Amino acid sequence: MQSAYISLGDLKAHRTALAAPAAPQASGCSTTGSAGKASCGSSDGPGDMPAEIWEKVKNHPCYSEEAHHHYARMHVAVAPACNIQCNYCNRKYDCSNESRPGVVSQKLTPDQAVKKVLTVASEIPQMTVLGIAGPGDALANPQKTFETFRQLQEKAPDIKLCLSTNGLALPDYVDEICRYNIDHVTITINMVDPAVGEKIYPWIYWDHRRITGYEAAKVLHERQMLGLKMLTARGVLTKINSVLIPGINDEHLMEVNREVKKRGAFLHNIMPLISEAEHGTHFGLTGQRGPSAQELKDVQDACAGGANLMRHCRQCRADAVGLLGEDRSDEFTLDKIEEMEIVYDLEKRREYQDKVEAERQAQHAAKEAALAAAGGDDGMKVLVAVATTGGGKVNQHFGHATEFQIYELTGASTAFIGHRRVDLYCQGGYGEDEQLPSIVNAINDCHAVLVAKIGACPRDELKAAGIEPVEEYAHEFIEKAALAWFADYRRRVAAGEIEHIERGDARIRQGAVMAA
Amino acid sequence: MAYKIIGSTCSGCSACDPVCPNEAIREKSGVFIIDPAKCTECVGHFDTAQCVAVCPVDRCIVKA
Ligand code: SF4
Ligand code: SF4
Repeated sequence: MQSAYISLGDLKAHRTALAAPAAPQASGCSTTGSAGKASCGSSDGPGDMPAEIWEKVKNHPCYSEEAHHHYARMHVAVAPACNIQCNYCNRKYDCSNESRPGVVSQKLTPDQAVKKVLTVASEIPQMTVLGIAGPGDALANPQKTFETFRQLQEKAPDIKLCLSTNGLALPDYVDEICRYNIDHVTITINMVDPAVGEKIYPWIYWDHRRITGYEAAKVLHERQMLGLKMLTARGVLTKINSVLIPGINDEHLMEVNREVKKRGAFLHNIMPLISEAEHGTHFGLTGQRGPSAQELKDVQDACAGGANLMRHCRQCRADAVGLLGEDRSDEFTLDKIEEMEIVYDLEKRREYQDKVEAERQAQHAAKEAALAAAGGDDGMKVLVAVATTGGGKVNQHFGHATEFQIYELTGASTAFIGHRRVDLYCQGGYGEDEQLPSIVNAINDCHAVLVAKIGACPRDELKAAGIEPVEEYAHEFIEKAALAWFADYRRRVAAGEIEHIERGDARIRQGAVMAA
Repeated sequence: MAYKIIGSTCSGCSACDPVCPNEAIREKSGVFIIDPAKCTECVGHFDTAQCVAVCPVDRCIVKA
């Protein structure tokens, strides 16, 4: 496996070769210069997106990097059956495409799912998107999926509906998807070449047969492309998810990016393979590793000129409830929702969402102002980690963070590049010193970590690891805080107080088996 | 002439249930079972046993 892996140097060379043909498509992004390119996902503006699509996604917690700090989404697991087998999946657990492997979601009937959604939406007014994703394939369980959507459309018309699929059954259900006014569809596409695909998919169930090998991947590929084209023709927003599997499809994902963009996908989300032997997946058991943070970023950067790239997918557990890395699913288990009285108050939800929208606008304005005041790009580029509970602010205690948001800064730009999940440092009041090295590993490529507060002990250890803990900007908007810190950092470098040193790579956390 | 599901290995994913041409499969306390009186091993409908073809767990569905 290792020997087949292409080096980062090869990848970079490949990227340069791609840069020329990709440039004309990326008109909206290239105006901000190379540093701005990384942000041309969906944070700053429409980029090369048509206006009507931007209108649909700008407040979308799944798509807008800004909105996902302010709005929440939830998934319900009503569709456990699947029609293909993936080497990164172990069917005992959730689908590791959308969700973290090794986690089991509570299976629900459509009626139970509808009750749960209505309950959560009444309790959490920021909840504006409902998805049906793994475990299983939404379209391998069409009755359950569409029954859930039908009821929700009737009872909670302000909630956006979405579904995820591997695409095999997609062409058969495009009419149905349009009938229920599905807001967007996600197709997982890991390859556009069956020779690559046969290393990822051992078999598919198709036309009343189990098909294996090259033929299986070929059928799947053709169905995926057909489904994508049909959705585009009907005006349905379609996002592509790809799992980056080092040595199998890393280089190939640039081709995937080109092909899906050509067929009308509006966003491409590249996420890391999560692979450990204890997950019991084929890849886990055969030692196929996942990518490092730098490898992931290199592939994402290489694709940045093609279909708009999304970097904030958090592979949350499939029945996660809440904002950012927060998971309140424990408050909404079946037994608990049975006992809850629900009043679905559209008016109240709208009022609350107006407030949230004002906050989002304030964050955006603060970012614009900070950018205008920034010193200008002098070539220095750093990453910083931010602890936040949402609202677009630096507002979380270091010890309470289960994930950090990572931003790339230059003197003239800020770009969200992803999040890093970590083990909770603070467990019931005591700092867990075993956890600290893993947190340092997860953000080892960052120069600073911006937090609301941090204890003395982790502060010293972070410093020793070369990561600056920063509390001065507690409760400020993230971009403003990050740029202010960076201006100060550069001042200190210029004054000779500190030396600017490049940081190393970081490790992507592999997720604890079974733990929620 | 029937197949059976080995309950201890069944993940309860439900994939087998809708593909059976004879409605021989149903859920029972979290796992799925085949009614041997209804199962025809798909003879007359398909070339291969549909439930076996779709089941993601190796050797979970076997000849009774
Ligand atoms: S073998 Fe065919 S008839 Fe028998 S249970 Fe399986 S799908 Fe149904
Ligand atoms: S397909 Fe296999 S694992 Fe899934 S419910 Fe049927 S017997 Fe169980």
